[in-house]
Amino acid sequence: MSDTPQVVQDERVKRISPFRRALIRPELGGIVGTVAVFVFFGLFAYDSGMFNSQGVMNWSVVSAQFMIIAVGACLLMIAGEFDLSVGSMIGFAGMMIAIFGVTMGWPIWIAILVTFALCLGIGALNGFIVVRTGLPSFIVTLAFLFILRGFTIFLPQVIERKTIIGGIGEAAEGDWLAALFGGKILGGLFRWLGEIGAIETFSRGTRQGEPVVDGIPMLIVWALGLVLVGQILLTRTRFGNWIFAAGGDAESARNSGVPVNRVKILMFMFSAFCATVFATSQVMEFGSAGADRGLLKEFEAIIAVVIGGALLTGGYGSVIGAALGALIFGVVQQGLFFAGVESSLFRVFLGVILLFAVILNTYIRRIITGER
Amino acid sequence: MTDPLIRMKDIEKHFGSVIALAGVSVDIHAGECHCLLGDNGAGKSTFIKTLSGVHHPTRGEILFGGRPMHFADPRDAIAAGIATVHQHLAMIPLMSVSRNFFMGNEPVKRIGPFAFFDHDRANRITMAEMEKMGIVLRGPDQAVGTLSGGERQTVAIARAVHFGARVLILDEPTSALGVRQTANVLATIDKVRKQGVAVVFITHNVRHAMAVGDRFTVLNRGRTYGTAARGEITPEELQDMMAGGQELATLESSLGSTV
Ligand SMILES: Nc1ncnc2c1ncn2[C@@H]1O[C@H](COP(=O)(O)OP(=O)(O)OP(=O)(O)O)[C@@H](O)[C@H]1O
Ligand SMILES: [Mg+2]
Repeated sequence: MSDTPQVVQDERVKRISPFRRALIRPELGGIVGTVAVFVFFGLFAYDSGMFNSQGVMNWSVVSAQFMIIAVGACLLMIAGEFDLSVGSMIGFAGMMIAIFGVTMGWPIWIAILVTFALCLGIGALNGFIVVRTGLPSFIVTLAFLFILRGFTIFLPQVIERKTIIGGIGEAAEGDWLAALFGGKILGGLFRWLGEIGAIETFSRGTRQGEPVVDGIPMLIVWALGLVLVGQILLTRTRFGNWIFAAGGDAESARNSGVPVNRVKILMFMFSAFCATVFATSQVMEFGSAGADRGLLKEFEAIIAVVIGGALLTGGYGSVIGAALGALIFGVVQQGLFFAGVESSLFRVFLGVILLFAVILNTYIRRIITGER
Repeated sequence: MTDPLIRMKDIEKHFGSVIALAGVSVDIHAGECHCLLGDNGAGKSTFIKTLSGVHHPTRGEILFGGRPMHFADPRDAIAAGIATVHQHLAMIPLMSVSRNFFMGNEPVKRIGPFAFFDHDRANRITMAEMEKMGIVLRGPDQAVGTLSGGERQTVAIARAVHFGARVLILDEPTSALGVRQTANVLATIDKVRKQGVAVVFITHNVRHAMAVGDRFTVLNRGRTYGTAARGEITPEELQDMMAGGQELATLESSLGSTV
């Protein structure tokens, strides 16, 4: 610290090597993993098409999806809670948009806004039950995992006699809010890049001359925006300090004047918000809502967060780390696909890397807290 | 004599079937150090927790500056200028010293419509306050988990002194401290008292109590033996009462007047 006044140098401190200092950062695992993954696929799958413009866009979109839910899960985990209902919430939110917008024929922007309100309400209910009863959030949100999934399958069957509702693409045509989730930006830039030959263009067909990648999907914009906002919120604001405190030791935080319940409920709502962003982008991309969407997403989000250095016990973690965890996910999942590896092996990879990440995190925590 | 800053009347606190406090009345004056003494489990911590907003009294009334006071939670109490060093310190091991120091009261600097945690200021104040208490920190970003028990206690005390504008409550603050740090804490109590702060000091050490106390209240099994002012009671009498009231009969006369 340069601005601390006349600090007497403590003679009982060994100089900490920069390496060790770097080690006690939550993002370490994420950074190392990201480098390792890119080196690996760069060496073994470079000519698979993974690193041309289309390939990059492919794994970027998948990573961005993971990132959106990882940010929500990350802040919630640091605040000391889990949300296992994220995957069901994704399915539910998508289905509600379809029911409001297609079956009931509301304008899509109203359907989206009402769905957001509904899902934030459910997130708040999750949080409210957890702080009021003192039950582990694991159990409470597990209940909502089933409740929401049940409704997501039940409602379309009753209303439309099927489990997939399509026609969202047509309904969303020209809708301003739908474009915020399903649209693309920087189309002009990519057309120009195609013209000067920096990226590939179609060489045949009706779209001849147009770039293969014709813009940045809003999904990626959302992901980067959420990561940025989450990181600043966590490290640079008063509320961020409350998030750490609430997850570190709720009782101590409360006694020090931190409104712990409010923090936790808001983080449950933020997690629901992220799930709904994911769901909205997904239905806009697919043009339909399906009852099985979002399956297992809650676990993928939690794994990304843990790879990113957060402690399962709360009070410690990093949004940037979680984003890197999501990037690792996306790159490996799509990389294996490009490399032609059987996709079931992705799960093996997930399990192994999760184990490594948890062990590394425990070790880091011991260094920080000084326990042996 | 001036009116007390805080008047706690017939405070009762029940935890289910446990009666932790069975009607305790204490007056706390600005500019005085009020020592709260008594055996383990007597109800001292429970009593000060009703004052710091952690517990709501089951029965009884708290008057703050003459007006009834109802704290919904500790945040209200802190906002009213009541800062507490809890017996269990209320520190978060994974967080840095300066983040702990300002937990719940973070300084902010505004940039446009946004308010950001002013880390530079927090770090500066933390280091300065700790140095006043006679502890040199390795750095404000050191995790509290790596501090020794006494260092941790000192952070909690420094924090309470910094935020306790009107009332400073110390629940066994010197239990883990070295000789120099203890002297420092007692000197700090004396200093803030002279600045007009009301201090509530819980201790098991009679010498510490006699060193700074203006009034002494002894609790026993959820009740009070009464309050004695400085000079009305000898250390030996206090010691006997704290041990649970053997020789109570001989002592009651010296206390009875103020009950
Ligand atoms: N949250 C609680 N639930 C149930 N009982 C409690 C609770 N808090 C305190 N008690 C009981 O109230 C009584 C008084 O406890 P308290 O912590 O106030 O004692 P104390 O005087 O501070 O003791 P010590 O000197 O050991 O700190 C004890 O018998 C304790 O078991
Ligand atoms: Mg106690």
